[in-house]
Amino acid sequence: MSRIPHWAAQHLAAFRMVLVLTVVVGLAYPLAMVALARLPGLHGRAQGSLVKNAAGRTVGSALIGQSFTGTDGKPLQQYFQSRPSVAGDGYDPTATGAGNLGPESVVDVLPDPKLVGAGKEDENAKPSLLTDVCARSKAVGELEGVDGSRPYCTPDGVGAVLGVFHADGLTGRVTRVVSLDQACPARPFLARYQGVAVECANYGEDYAKALVVPVRGDAPAHPAVPADAVTASGSGLDPAISPAYARLQSARVARVRGVPAGDVARLVKENTTGRALGILGAPGVNVVKLNLALDRAYPVREG
Amino acid sequence: MTMFGWSQALFVLLVLVALHVPLGDYMAQTLDGGRHLKAERWVYRICGVDPDGEQDWRHYLAALMAFSVASIVVLFALLTLQRHLPWSLGHGGMPWQLALHTAVSFTTNTSWQNYAGESTTGHLAVMAGLGVQAFASAAVGLCVGLALIRGLIRRGTDELGNFWVDLTRSILRVLLPLAVVFGLILIGLGVEQNLTGAQTVSTVAGGHQTIIGGPVGSWEPIKLMTGDGGGFFNASSGHPFENPSAWSNSLSVLLMLLIPTAFVRYTSNVNSNGSAMAGLSGNTPFYNLTMTAAMFIGRYLPIAFVLALAGRLARQQPGAVTVGTLRTSGVNFVVLATGAALILALLNFLPALSLGTLADGLG
Repeated sequence: MSRIPHWAAQHLAAFRMVLVLTVVVGLAYPLAMVALARLPGLHGRAQGSLVKNAAGRTVGSALIGQSFTGTDGKPLQQYFQSRPSVAGDGYDPTATGAGNLGPESVVDVLPDPKLVGAGKEDENAKPSLLTDVCARSKAVGELEGVDGSRPYCTPDGVGAVLGVFHADGLTGRVTRVVSLDQACPARPFLARYQGVAVECANYGEDYAKALVVPVRGDAPAHPAVPADAVTASGSGLDPAISPAYARLQSARVARVRGVPAGDVARLVKENTTGRALGILGAPGVNVVKLNLALDRAYPVREG
Repeated sequence: MTMFGWSQALFVLLVLVALHVPLGDYMAQTLDGGRHLKAERWVYRICGVDPDGEQDWRHYLAALMAFSVASIVVLFALLTLQRHLPWSLGHGGMPWQLALHTAVSFTTNTSWQNYAGESTTGHLAVMAGLGVQAFASAAVGLCVGLALIRGLIRRGTDELGNFWVDLTRSILRVLLPLAVVFGLILIGLGVEQNLTGAQTVSTVAGGHQTIIGGPVGSWEPIKLMTGDGGGFFNASSGHPFENPSAWSNSLSVLLMLLIPTAFVRYTSNVNSNGSAMAGLSGNTPFYNLTMTAAMFIGRYLPIAFVLALAGRLARQQPGAVTVGTLRTSGVNFVVLATGAALILALLNFLPALSLGTLADGLG
């Protein structure tokens, strides 16, 4: 060793240290944890909390939410619906994530009417978070037979947001008003604003000079559709919904399955977790386990 | 914040206060001085280092830099050659710019990820690559803290301790035992820990879903304790497999606060952090390379300054206490030091904040 210069010995020692650490904390530690995780009590959880249906087939994980929609993307009425999800096309564990949109996302990038007319999707179109929330609220309201209206939403389920043009930029007389999220030929949610007729929004027209004014409207402060029913979770995989959203859906599920409402309520209760220690987190209903329990107790006949 | 929010924060704080005293005492007693364990002697022998020779600040820094460079080289190799190694789960090697960025990012404890974990890194890259650096980069931060404290305490000497001993002990005596204990608790709470790859299942409603397995339970505690923050999954602790319940959520918060609270604040100063969030797609050659340089300089330049400072402090003799001395235990000093820290922090953040509004207005 003495013939190697000091700096080279230093680097050699460093490389050896990295290799030793790789063996100890990079291989031995995680593999030992895998082995320990096979102990009874830990095993099921370590394997990913997998759940099986009545036939004994693995149908997913109790921790990973699922979509309960048909091939057409419409909700299957016999199931409790999960929260909205922006993980891939919805509850896709290979593409987890959130929308990364905040309260300032209120103006839509409208789709090309030519593509929409041809029944295609415009990939450049981008609804705002507000319009997403309004559209979900309207859809849930219709599905459950309740009022789907929300503050700052139009009756047709987009953001109630005006683009107001003034004579001198941001000040002066109002010269023109456009309902920014209502693509023509929609009827604007407001007929007149400060004496000026409100127009629908034209695809491709530049409204950047207009002052953006969201309009509260007269929707109740506490909408019938709960907040978790109209917002996606941070991972897009949250398997839980609020007890309020579960209550809202119970009547429909009981009706479609032909089961007394009390029986469905009992299953909801069985799959509800309260706050840990009475203070940690929020109460939630596990939709995957609940729907699995429903299928087991009250199967729906196919066809 | 609601009543529940406050009581949840208070609960975590109380547990933290209860835990930090015994843990801090244990760290103080076990990291400095005392005898080497048998396992540690093996490590020193294999690496060919003398555990009983002390280093001055230049040699301490040289050893630290040699270790960091070796870490970057090994991690870079592991990431680029992933395709040819076991447990790759079919993922290819990273392009070299991304691999370099990731290697520097994790060795500097920044853990900015310009990629989504579930679709890029296999089990070996996570365990033996990123996992090792989660331990090592945090331990390097602890080492700098230890050297600084020795510099503050010691008088009339050049010696700040031995980097190899500080590194080995930080990992084997503090980080690893804590990781095992909290890892098992997290697995008990529902965090998965297996070597299964992705399995496609037919869902309750008859659709298809891919459930991704992995050694998440061994990754999670070290990710949290070291302030590393790099997620096994893209959504990190927002993902149910990393953070399945209210219990695991509180435990995660606790783990993030534990080591810095038990140790001095200095460790967190040399531990950078910056896991990617929001809409910035950083995976371009420009971002990968410029950020690599920024992370490298941003970590090792302050470390060099801290070690040089510690070296100077260790050499100095204590001054005589007179009426003109500012007592470090008095109200005067606390107000002055806190005020200075606050002003420095504000000077750090306010220019960036004001630029943000400007950029918003231009955009």
